[in-house]
Amino acid sequence: MMFKQWEGFTAGKWSDDEVNVRDFIQHNYKPYEGDGKFLEGPTEATTKLWKEILKLSAEERKAGGVLKADTSVVSTLTSHPAGYIDKPLEKIVGLQTDEPFKRSLQPFGGIKMSEQALNMYGYELDPQIKYIFTHYRKTHNDGVYDAYTPEMRRARTAHILTGLPDTYGRGRIVGDYRRVALYGVDYLIEHKKRDKDMIDGDMLPDKVRDREELSEQIKALGALKEMAALYGFDISKPAQTAQEAIQWLYFGYLAAVKDQNGAAMSIGRNSTFLDVYIERDLERGIITEKEAQELIDHFVMKLRIVKFMRIKDYNELFSGDPTWVTESIGGMGVDGRTLVTKNSFRILHTLTNLGPAPEPNLTVLWSRNLPAGFKKFCAETSIATSAIQYESDDLMRPEMGDDYCIACCVSCMRVGKDMQFFGARANLAKCLLYAINGGKDELTLDKKTGKHLQVSPMYSPILGDGALDYADVTCKYEQMMDWLAGLYVNTLNLIHYMHDKYSYEALEMALHDTDVRRFFATGIAGLSCAVDSLSAIKYAKVYPVRNEEGIVVDFKIEGEYPQYGNNDDRVDQIAVWLVKTFMNKVKSHYTYRGSVPTTSILTITSNVVYGKKTGNTPDGRRAGTPLAPGANPMHGRDKNGALASLESVAKLPYEYSRDGISNTFSVTPASLGKDED
Amino acid sequence: MDGYIHSFESFGTVDGPGIRFVVFMQGCPMRCLYCHNPDTWRAGAGKTYTAEEVAANAAKYKSYFSGGGGVTVSGGEPLMQADFVRELFTLLKAKGINTALDTSGILFNPADKHKFDALLEVCDLVLLDLKHIDGAEHKKLTGHSNGNVLAFAEYLSDTGKPMWIRHVLVPDITDNDEYLKNLAQFIDGLKTVERIEVLPYHTMGAVKYKNLGMEYALEGVEPPARGRVQNAKRILGIIK
Repeated sequence: MMFKQWEGFTAGKWSDDEVNVRDFIQHNYKPYEGDGKFLEGPTEATTKLWKEILKLSAEERKAGGVLKADTSVVSTLTSHPAGYIDKPLEKIVGLQTDEPFKRSLQPFGGIKMSEQALNMYGYELDPQIKYIFTHYRKTHNDGVYDAYTPEMRRARTAHILTGLPDTYGRGRIVGDYRRVALYGVDYLIEHKKRDKDMIDGDMLPDKVRDREELSEQIKALGALKEMAALYGFDISKPAQTAQEAIQWLYFGYLAAVKDQNGAAMSIGRNSTFLDVYIERDLERGIITEKEAQELIDHFVMKLRIVKFMRIKDYNELFSGDPTWVTESIGGMGVDGRTLVTKNSFRILHTLTNLGPAPEPNLTVLWSRNLPAGFKKFCAETSIATSAIQYESDDLMRPEMGDDYCIACCVSCMRVGKDMQFFGARANLAKCLLYAINGGKDELTLDKKTGKHLQVSPMYSPILGDGALDYADVTCKYEQMMDWLAGLYVNTLNLIHYMHDKYSYEALEMALHDTDVRRFFATGIAGLSCAVDSLSAIKYAKVYPVRNEEGIVVDFKIEGEYPQYGNNDDRVDQIAVWLVKTFMNKVKSHYTYRGSVPTTSILTITSNVVYGKKTGNTPDGRRAGTPLAPGANPMHGRDKNGALASLESVAKLPYEYSRDGISNTFSVTPASLGKDED
Repeated sequence: MDGYIHSFESFGTVDGPGIRFVVFMQGCPMRCLYCHNPDTWRAGAGKTYTAEEVAANAAKYKSYFSGGGGVTVSGGEPLMQADFVRELFTLLKAKGINTALDTSGILFNPADKHKFDALLEVCDLVLLDLKHIDGAEHKKLTGHSNGNVLAFAEYLSDTGKPMWIRHVLVPDITDNDEYLKNLAQFIDGLKTVERIEVLPYHTMGAVKYKNLGMEYALEGVEPPARGRVQNAKRILGIIK
């Protein structure tokens, strides 16, 4: 063994001069098929710390959402001295700033956004910082606006493209934080140096960038060591105990959130990895079960208080202040063994020990083959806390293997091997209105002329007042989608180029393989509204209603039409067609850095805001009212109960929507049956 | 044959075993004061479907029926359209789908006991809604006496047909120890009862009356307290 810290582990490729965490897990983890009886409650220290956090939370709410904020220190890995909640009690340490609940200043995405956010909560940005970031240091946001085309800006103004990561951190990148614990930082630096040496020869721009980025990664790893040293830890070597493993791993994650204010800062798939260390310590008699649970409780407590300084509109968009610290739990291995360990139980048990909370977003990778004891435990914990997310491991494993994690809420990526360029959404309901109006926005007016804004090039609109003809509409819709897909992809190409250039996630990427697979994550909003609109045009009679300018601003519907969400193929197949068609158009374009295009249909709460910006639609939906979230049927139109609704959604082709399909679905407990079982 | 149908529920979990596709038939002769589906009362309304259409629709969910689930025909009162239900159940049985009939039993006639035999032949389980054990009270509550209902229960017992007894617990109307004891005694005499369910009265139906412009007789009646539900369950021998 290369390191004495590895004693007691089974060797493999992972210990043979490779960085290979999955191989380590496969050689060393112990599947657990029992129940949750072994679990322990919180220690006195845990309860005391958690009380302190609850007190701070209450103060934060009282202060209007932000308790404290930095105005003059720019957050880097080493910008702040060590911070604690109550130092002697904390088994796992490290805060984003020098105090709990103090939000850091992260202006690399855009100084304007940072300033706005501070102002909204009554803080003033230090003028010197503002000067530096407007005169000497360019931000991602400035880069994007320097390069945007007029058409891109129009699409943005009219909200046919929405939520683009052009003023904020794109997030969705998950470092393999386990590497810090397993290998120590020096080993990782050594490997990155070797990778850098391999990039040689003709210095084409891509190569120059790769070499520069690797240097940034190596520097970030050095800063990570310095950051840990501020807390009195030397993390240059591998972790020796469970406590160290959790601490090293958490330092990796902490560095990421000090570096980036990303839209989703997920943490990966760590509990089973950590179980190997806990099992080793338990066998050696170094810790007890009570202490093991305490370590996990303290770790999770830290993840619960990750905070970013964001503008109020952002929180409105997401109905809260989410950080998406998603931890993926359980699942099955490709060899048929379950990846559930005792630590899968421990991390879920934090919901009982500390009480339920939305963060970290504990996500169980569900398989029909999961051990019965774990399934039952999950169900019991869900009933008691309503705080577990479930996703289908059986659906994702064939494509992603058994060491993937969920970024944000549904995007799956192999840990340390895949990253993604987050792409927000294109509004397909609005796109249909553009097809009808020849690319003039139905709500937004041109500031100069006072007439409806021509967003796309002047396509031929639908003429006359007769009932809309399905063939005519779909033909024009396809043309409009051609335009939209091209514009959308190119807007994202530009945004991600600038993000790499001005706000590169050096630390997170240092914890990825150098030869990383990149996903180009596009998204669809307004699916069910567009689908029902097409169904109305096809099966009922829909007459356009025009305003003085001749723009179709409303519709008159005669007759009934089949609605998405009732397991009726006449309309569900329109949904399938629409997803495939749009995705194929996206795929036909160049995507930045050789990334693999994917699509998601997963607006969870932003559907409300997108709906506000979308006019009357041919399905009868009124202007300004919400679109349905994700792939949901429109509100109240699924009239045949849950399974019919779910079956409609389930027809959408996952292979065309690899980045995830969401269907928000609520049931009252009583409607699920009468017994506990 | 066409049936008049009020609506479908593809994820029924409270009307029989497992996950069930529930068909709500239109039309009911009863006028139970607490009925939460007054919109199913009027006969000849609703939408018409053929038995084939309904069977095909239900069969789409067959993969969900593996845990003992199947199709429940409820209402309204499904026995008002007994021939349709018989045809539907026959089609479902041919597809290997479990069938359950959720009925009040009010249309059973002791003088013509075999009227529903052909239907019961293709019915795996009867969910019998026993509204009130006392004849006079039953009439007050539903508009009909309970003679036919009790006779139907006995007939099912005599012919070996499995049944679940369901009983809605309403404060001041059925939540009464004496009535409950009499009910328990009656059920005790039945040989094929597989399960007894106490359904606590709820007020979710009230809004429908308002929407239909009808008066709601139980305005102001609250759902029974948890302790009373437990009490009823104890008397009926569901819990100890």
